[in-house]
Amino acid sequence: MPAVDLAVMTKRDLNAALHALPADTNETHWTVANPEGAHAIAAGVDAPITVEIEGHAGYYCAGMNQRATVIVHGNAGVGVAENMMSGRVHVKGDASQAAGATAHGGLLVIDGNASARCGISMKGIDIVVKGSIGPMSAFMAQAGNLVVLGDAGEALGDSLYEARLFVRGAVKSLGADCIEKDMRPEHVAILDRLLADAGVAGVSAREFRRYGSARGLYNFHVDNASAY
Amino acid sequence: MCGIVGLFLKDPDLEPELGRLLADMLVVMTSRGPDSAGFAVFGDGSANHLKITLRGTRLDDVASALADVATATRRDTHMVLSFAAGCEDQVRGWLALNRPDVVVTGTGKRIELYKEVGLPRQVADRFALPAMAGTHGIGHTRMATESAVTTDGAHPFSTGRDQCLVHNGSLSNHRSLRRKLEHEGLSFATDNDSEVAAGYISWRLREGDSLTAALEAGLEDLDGFYTFVIGTENGFAVMRDPISCKPAVMAETDRYVAFGSEYRALVGLPGIETARIFEPEPAHAYVWERH
Repeated sequence: MPAVDLAVMTKRDLNAALHALPADTNETHWTVANPEGAHAIAAGVDAPITVEIEGHAGYYCAGMNQRATVIVHGNAGVGVAENMMSGRVHVKGDASQAAGATAHGGLLVIDGNASARCGISMKGIDIVVKGSIGPMSAFMAQAGNLVVLGDAGEALGDSLYEARLFVRGAVKSLGADCIEKDMRPEHVAILDRLLADAGVAGVSAREFRRYGSARGLYNFHVDNASAY
Repeated sequence: MCGIVGLFLKDPDLEPELGRLLADMLVVMTSRGPDSAGFAVFGDGSANHLKITLRGTRLDDVASALADVATATRRDTHMVLSFAAGCEDQVRGWLALNRPDVVVTGTGKRIELYKEVGLPRQVADRFALPAMAGTHGIGHTRMATESAVTTDGAHPFSTGRDQCLVHNGSLSNHRSLRRKLEHEGLSFATDNDSEVAAGYISWRLREGDSLTAALEAGLEDLDGFYTFVIGTENGFAVMRDPISCKPAVMAETDRYVAFGSEYRALVGLPGIETARIFEPEPAHAYVWERH
């Protein structure tokens, strides 16, 4: 169980060591002390390991993650788990802007709040935020599920494609082409699974509302031709 | 990209530490702005005295010539003149007549304002920031985008008495806003967009706005990206544009309120482990004032 102290080892050396791990490594549980908000901690990992960061992480923590479980025992800066492909990232505190941006897969769990643009351009990731999310979240989100136990800020789901947005609290406003949709049994099933995966107990999928794309922006509208 | 920091103390016991804490915050932000740095500190002051911070060459000659009316404290390329408020016309008159080359970076009862080209560590050390005491201060590390890498383009900008502003971002309408403000009687020393933002806030305050109202008015009138940190004689404020384009994180304890472009800048503050850490909301004026 390697224990790395970023007051001693450089982050570059830590990341190089993580990148060098073979898929069958026995070093499957890493701890990282004194992160002090450093950027790109455990970015680009591609191995079935667990990395526990014992403090606040800076920008792009666990970015591009594949297969690894990265746990942040603190807050995470801009772009946590951005472009994640698979695996799991768990932020025990709050996340800054653009959490889970452009990510293709895996599960991002945020115990606290996420600020603006959570899930921007998400492409298949599942995101569960136990608190609230900031404005312009899920902007141009393409695929995946965004689950919010608290409230959502302004312009949720602006210019949304096919991502599903589930919000339990209030939505300040919906962005262009984002509408509320019916919760059908298949959506309840998805929510139940994600809530269970994220370790949320005592919350029913029935407490959420679903939002998605009205698909009005998919194609060029011929009525607008005269504008050019 | 730029780095901005601010520290507003609630606990007087920390006041001797202000400069040291602010310097450490500034240096951490070097990666966001390595080309120049600056800071303003609100230190000692009294009701009937004024302080002006000067920047230029041959400042000792200025100190000698004005020795009868002003006390001078030289710090590298800057010098603070302290004098009875009634002598202001005399001091400014002498400077205008004899030393038009000298730049006034800040004026007020308590503000001192320093800026230079160079790495933030060098700038902090040249002016001995770590040894400065005060109630609050703001700082900036610059990566120039809208104007040249010159000392004039470094932040903070001060466009009113005991007022200063640092800015991360860029404004699109600073030219037109500058013309409007010039009609209102403001003048600007540089071509910098951030100076226009500072001038705008000074203008609103002059017109009777509270700091909160001035910042809220800016939501209508300032077009562009910004996170501002602002210091006034007794106040400290933070404002982000409506889409929060530029980063910001804050920490608050019983002893202080601190701002950093990134959390890293706050790591060295006392009690940060238990501070309330939050990101300021877009388009929301955060203001702290001491009474």
